[in-house]
Amino acid sequence: MSVPVSAAAVAEPTRLESLAGAVARTLPDQLHRVPNTCRELTYEVAAGALLQVAAVLRDAPDLKFEMCMDVCGVDYLEHGRAEWKTQNATSSGFSRGVARGPELDAPLAAGRRFAVVYHLLSISLNQRLRLRVFCADDAEPMVDSVTGIWAGVDWFEREAFDMFGILFKGHPDLRRLLTDYGFIGHPFRKDFPLSGNVEVRYDPEKGRVVYQPVSIDPRVLVPKVIRHDNRYDPALTNAPVATMGKPNA
Amino acid sequence: MPEIRNYTMNFGPQHPAAHGVLRLVLEMDGEVIQKADPHVGLLHRGTEKLAESKPFNQSIGYMDRLDYVSMMCNEHAYVMAIEKLLGIEPPLRAQYIRVMFDEITRILNHLMWLGAHALDIGAMTVFLYCFREREDLMDCYEAVSGTRMHATYYRPGGVYRDLPDAMPKYQHSEWRSKKDVDRLNARRSGGLLEFIADFVKRFPACIDEYETLLTDNRIWKQRTVNIGVVTPERAMQLGFSGPMLRGSGIEWDLRKKQPYDVYDRVDFDIPVGVNGDCYDRYLVRVEELRQSTRIVDQCIAWLKANPGPVMIDDRKVRPPRREEMKGDMESLIHHFKLMTEGYCVPEGEAYAAVEAPKGELGVYLVSDGANKPYRLKVRAPGFAHLASLDEMVRGHMLADVVAVIGTQDIVFGEIDR
Repeated sequence: MSVPVSAAAVAEPTRLESLAGAVARTLPDQLHRVPNTCRELTYEVAAGALLQVAAVLRDAPDLKFEMCMDVCGVDYLEHGRAEWKTQNATSSGFSRGVARGPELDAPLAAGRRFAVVYHLLSISLNQRLRLRVFCADDAEPMVDSVTGIWAGVDWFEREAFDMFGILFKGHPDLRRLLTDYGFIGHPFRKDFPLSGNVEVRYDPEKGRVVYQPVSIDPRVLVPKVIRHDNRYDPALTNAPVATMGKPNA
Repeated sequence: MPEIRNYTMNFGPQHPAAHGVLRLVLEMDGEVIQKADPHVGLLHRGTEKLAESKPFNQSIGYMDRLDYVSMMCNEHAYVMAIEKLLGIEPPLRAQYIRVMFDEITRILNHLMWLGAHALDIGAMTVFLYCFREREDLMDCYEAVSGTRMHATYYRPGGVYRDLPDAMPKYQHSEWRSKKDVDRLNARRSGGLLEFIADFVKRFPACIDEYETLLTDNRIWKQRTVNIGVVTPERAMQLGFSGPMLRGSGIEWDLRKKQPYDVYDRVDFDIPVGVNGDCYDRYLVRVEELRQSTRIVDQCIAWLKANPGPVMIDDRKVRPPRREEMKGDMESLIHHFKLMTEGYCVPEGEAYAAVEAPKGELGVYLVSDGANKPYRLKVRAPGFAHLASLDEMVRGHMLADVVAVIGTQDIVFGEIDR
């Protein structure tokens, strides 16, 4: 069944390109556009240029991103690593898929592990933009705080600090936000186990609640698999059946 | 002369007006708030990390539990993000069903908000009235999905199933007299759409009832007018959205400005406040109840006239029907793979935002081509609102903190995630 495409959806690509043009004019060197398939604009910016770029994005007359809707930490440690190899399964058989997969073919480059992603919104011009900053130091990731530009990011940055251990330089009150008082570690990092490290129980002898190491064995219920079969590639949707489902070389 | 010092006071997490598990550490000078420090996270369940450990479809149910009074709107943002990455669009009928249930959800949420907010600042009756109407909407949820709250009804590519032709009926029992059962079943003779149509017909009169109790009520006005004033500039700086932004006079509604599904085909207005105080936000939300009723009414008319599929016909996303599975090997394989492994979503990232009853609820999804999300971030509207609590209550009295918490429509499921 063909779905009639709304007028707004048709107008969207051209609007997107005009915004991209405006960004390229205003910030020709600092921003690097990343391809995106979802009719969205994504830019990467060097950590050093973040504050300057953010101020321009907020104030330039044809950008006017007066709102920062979301700040989100991402840990790219296991990006692209599957728990279950499916490519050669016919010759070697499937593994149980419960163990961690082998190391990535190409290990993560230094300074590409932690990123902070900002989702900006312009109410006056009705446009959105995504900004990504990679933290240069993997051991002690740090970026500048944009609280001086968008006051509303205060808690979002605290959350990213709490969950990923990303430090925001210049943040007025960088405390943990969501985790327990006295919590150790940063739970959303990919090397933090899903079941956590400690559990609490009531100790009748001591007469109080005590912390102890978790008694659960972490296990994978559904292995993570990555299939490159271009099933949703618009160029291939009309291809003959024989070519569908083949691994992408 | 003795020295007068500020003192700190603990508000919550068990205080009934703290709307769940908010712990506020208040620094007070007499009865005036000098500083408010919300301690949140008591309901933190790590939804985002949990979602990274399971196939895409298995996390839809978690989304209901984010903002647990506007369940389907959360699902909507999540499935829209997946649909964006997959590059699929649900059939038109599914889009209308989603819009209809989004608005039913908005009414559900605003009724809960209105009742709780009024109860917090001293009006008992409104709460009872609101819950009377909520019950009918819960029945709609139940009829369509099987559960009254956590529906898990939206799916990438459409909705789980079409609207039922018959409403479930009450049974006569020793606790319910025949007269009661007949009264309850009188509206349930037709299908779900007839039931909702009946609701839409009588609901505006119910809104009038609430308004009679509150809008011109002297006590209500004394508790809300000029309390928690936010200027439009400040509201944008603080990342406000939804009624909190509109209450400050900014005409911004994703349903109109960045329409998703069929919001560009239905007719409705955006109410906007003037002063940015609790009373204006109350007026905005009450008007939204009326506008949502209008949208639901238009959706019913369309849905009655246009039967059709409610799920895309893509076997790589949609599990096959039971009867297909029984007789067809290919369908059996598809069913097995979809239920055990799920579908793989192409590498990329997407941000899908819906106008949830509380504001912009966004889902940012990073996929590395696997059958599970690589990173899922939920942008909860209440998170930004609660972050500004300190600013909103500073200089107000202690009793006004309750009014401000109420006007922010705080729900901890989405703030703590």
